Amino acid sequence: MLAWTIYISFLGALLLLLLPKGNAAAARVLALLAAVVAFAITLTYFLEHRSGEMLTVTDASWVPSLGIRYHLAADGISIVLLLLTGIIAVTGILFSWNIEHRAKEFFAFYLLLIGAVYGVFLSYDLFLLFVFYEIVIIPKYFLIAIWGSTRREYGAMKLVLYSFIGSAMVLIGLIAAYVVAGAKSMALGDLAGFPFPAHFQIWAFPLVFVGFAILAGLWPFHTWAPTGHVAAPTAASMLLAGVVMKLGAYGCLRVAMTLFPLGLAPWGFHILGLGSWRDVFALLAVIGIVYGALVALVQKDFKFVIGYSSVSHMGFILLGLMTLNQIGLSGAVVQMFSHGILAGLLFAVVGRMVYDRTHTRDLATLGPMNLNKAIPFAAVTFVVAGMASMGLPGFSGFVAELMIVIGVWRAFPIVTIFVGFGLVAGVAYIWRAMQKAFFAEVGHEAIPPHPPMPPISIPERLGAVLLIAASVVVGIYPQLLLNVIVPALNSPLFAGLHQGGWR
Amino acid sequence: MNATNYAQLFQFALPEVIVVVTALIALAVDLLFLRASSTRLRFTIAAILGSLGCAGAILRLLHSPEQASLLNGMLLANPLTHLVQIALLAVAISTLLISAGSTFTEHIGEFVLLILIATAGMMFLVGSQDLLVIFISLELLSLSLYILTAFDKSSAQSSEAALKYFLFGGMSAAFLLFGFSLLYGFSNSTSLPRIADAIHAAYASNPHLNPLLAIAIVTTVIGFGFKVAAFPFHFWAPDVYQGAPAPSAAFIASGSKVASFFIFFQVMVVGFAGAEGSARWLHFVPGWVAVLAIVAALSMVLGNLVAIVQSHVRRLLAYSAIAHAGYMLLALVAHTQQSLAALLYYVVTYALATLGAFGVVAIVEQRTGGDRLSDFDGLSRLSPVLSACMFIFLLSLAGIPPLAGFFGKFYLFVSVLDSGPGLLWLIVLAIAMSAVSLYYYLQVLKRIYVANPAAEVANASAQAATIRTPFLSQAGIILLAAGIVILGCAPHLLLEWIHAAIRASGI
Repeated sequence: MLAWTIYISFLGALLLLLLPKGNAAAARVLALLAAVVAFAITLTYFLEHRSGEMLTVTDASWVPSLGIRYHLAADGISIVLLLLTGIIAVTGILFSWNIEHRAKEFFAFYLLLIGAVYGVFLSYDLFLLFVFYEIVIIPKYFLIAIWGSTRREYGAMKLVLYSFIGSAMVLIGLIAAYVVAGAKSMALGDLAGFPFPAHFQIWAFPLVFVGFAILAGLWPFHTWAPTGHVAAPTAASMLLAGVVMKLGAYGCLRVAMTLFPLGLAPWGFHILGLGSWRDVFALLAVIGIVYGALVALVQKDFKFVIGYSSVSHMGFILLGLMTLNQIGLSGAVVQMFSHGILAGLLFAVVGRMVYDRTHTRDLATLGPMNLNKAIPFAAVTFVVAGMASMGLPGFSGFVAELMIVIGVWRAFPIVTIFVGFGLVAGVAYIWRAMQKAFFAEVGHEAIPPHPPMPPISIPERLGAVLLIAASVVVGIYPQLLLNVIVPALNSPLFAGLHQGGWR
Repeated sequence: MNATNYAQLFQFALPEVIVVVTALIALAVDLLFLRASSTRLRFTIAAILGSLGCAGAILRLLHSPEQASLLNGMLLANPLTHLVQIALLAVAISTLLISAGSTFTEHIGEFVLLILIATAGMMFLVGSQDLLVIFISLELLSLSLYILTAFDKSSAQSSEAALKYFLFGGMSAAFLLFGFSLLYGFSNSTSLPRIADAIHAAYASNPHLNPLLAIAIVTTVIGFGFKVAAFPFHFWAPDVYQGAPAPSAAFIASGSKVASFFIFFQVMVVGFAGAEGSARWLHFVPGWVAVLAIVAALSMVLGNLVAIVQSHVRRLLAYSAIAHAGYMLLALVAHTQQSLAALLYYVVTYALATLGAFGVVAIVEQRTGGDRLSDFDGLSRLSPVLSACMFIFLLSLAGIPPLAGFFGKFYLFVSVLDSGPGLLWLIVLAIAMSAVSLYYYLQVLKRIYVANPAAEVANASAQAATIRTPFLSQAGIILLAAGIVILGCAPHLLLEWIHAAIRASGI
């Protein structure tokens, strides 16, 4: 049944293309229907299977002579990310309700992207995973290049080339692993169980890890993220930051780390105080956290603030992965969910609620518009989203970042200082953006916007409430997700990682 | 030779005979009955006749004896050659369908005749293991292609391209013949297995590469490298792709590639067995594998990098063809059974995608009169179906799943890596370069989907919407696109067939 999330999305895309021209309303409704059904399927599965173990959804022979199978399966980690995909897909469509220009193509590309993302999270066969991973690239390009704003063609092409170079690195690693393991099977379990020689893992691990981490915004390969997010239309920004970056992080955990656990082992010598790939990537992740936060602090463009905040938050995920302890890894997965929701919400406020009404994202110009009076709902939503993003208790961000920090404390005590600094900077940039955009000191007369701004529409309210609710539920009752994540992390799939330095 | 032998020969060459007879019938029908009709009608009838003939030949191939060899391998038939011949006939049918709407010439019967004669040449080419027959059928193919290139008499570009093609082709044929004559002198035979025996004997007496053999290897690689448009023998390709009438260019880019790559593989692997050398990283050993590894690497780099700066779609396709020739040469470098299967899968799916792309280019040219990137502006608004097909063709060429081009690349790289250690550097280079290639394919797709139609086209959009895309061409293009999607989603359909044929033929 879970496999239908993919099929429904692709079918929806196909149906949209067959719709008669110029019927934007029908396109919207059809797209929303497809996304809601897919989300409902995911939610049902989540409520029915609370054990978190790997369960096969579909398994059929695909290319028999190469041992490639059409094998879909889901465990606790996949299901959390599938839920995230479902929520973002539905809200993304709600926040794109005002798209009129080539609407059916927009939603067709959108659903194609969503279907492929579902596919990546569900794939058990690595060939299949790679197929879906690459399908994601093309719709991203057209969503940004056709419907985007600031420097859209540049941003789109940059994003595509970064993604494609990353996936080329992944492909080299996967083909090498497949051949070294005897070219008999591409199944994740078979390859993860194969004892690859250590000297092979030591180069294959960084290759595949970086290949995926490019998409997860690892510093210094993050530069596609701010430009891409800024150029993209609202729904595409939400998808990019919400789920596409998670694809990268998911690939790091699911493919790079399970296949090549020995790649994390110490080299036996030190360069600049770094003794293993684990140290290297932990360092890059910390730099990403601090750098992203500091750059976000000085941006003039509202959307760039959120774009760089994504880089910072994704740094937390990668750092959590590098802690290699259970609390850090589970925290990283919860953070994937949490950041997906919150980044989606922030981009929705900036891109849809504010930009589509004011047609500017310049913080200095937004201030005098007195937005907290003009569109109070947007202001309130941003305050709530900002608090969640800072990591205030009661929201998902708090749980996730707390777990990661504890994990980091156990693994690399000194690094915790820098992480703490990143957290403080996180409070600062949100505060600054909030203050400048919504609560700026206005002279005696506020400039009334003309024509007056349309009020916040119902789809927007619905989307915002859905996202905030998701964050609050996870924040108040994190066990909901942890109950499925922890068993998945303790499954035999991660056995190699357990032996290679799990503490 | 007695009479029964001739009957046997006729039986044996029946598919080729069918094709040639069809060619003559098409010519006769066109010249005798249709002189007064419109170009479009004449083209449609000739294309249908030709396609029927090719279909007949395919049927005959499907029902002909499994294994046969005449005159010591001068002509041979096995499941593998049948497979390749069927692929060639399918390419010929597609070419005829695409050309059905063309208006570039009055000499329609002759055009179809030449396409079919070239097809017959290719069929003989792939069904032989004898240098003489290989050379003669290669010349039959080449001469037909030269004329096809020059077929647009009203275009100076077409004649110029044909002349360049002819001069380069003549020279490379001379090189090839020179290499073949050296091989004959070396082994006293024109049969590939015999030559391999002689090479083995030579290596047994002296472990180093025989200088005579070295020259033969280089000249043979030059000759075939020209046919497959590999760097540095590619100079004809951009001009021919641009100057030739679109159907001719499509045929040169697809059919001739399939046949040449197959026979290139046969000549090198069967004929030069024993003189492989090695292309392992830091362990180069002189031999044809080493030569081909260098040619492949240079083709990939040059083709992809130069394609980036092209402003004409046809030239862009030409440079991308050079890059693809580089990838396909990797299969020769690996020279295993598996890599032959990968090569066949790759070259067949590549031929489909290229044919389709040229088909779309041809239609766009009829509308806008050129193949500049800007001529494709906003095509998706004017003709969504054609744009979707072009989307599929170009992304398949770029190697995006789930299209056939991706699986072709994947399987090719796996087979090369599986063939032995030390070839990883070629794979890394190939994958890095295919990341580059996405950039220029997207440049075309950006024009189609993102850019807005030019103003005068938008004004005339009512008329543009009703532009008459000939039914046969459109059907051909849609079939090709469907083929690419199906082969990409279910690669085993073709792959199992190729594997079975290779096993049955025992190569």
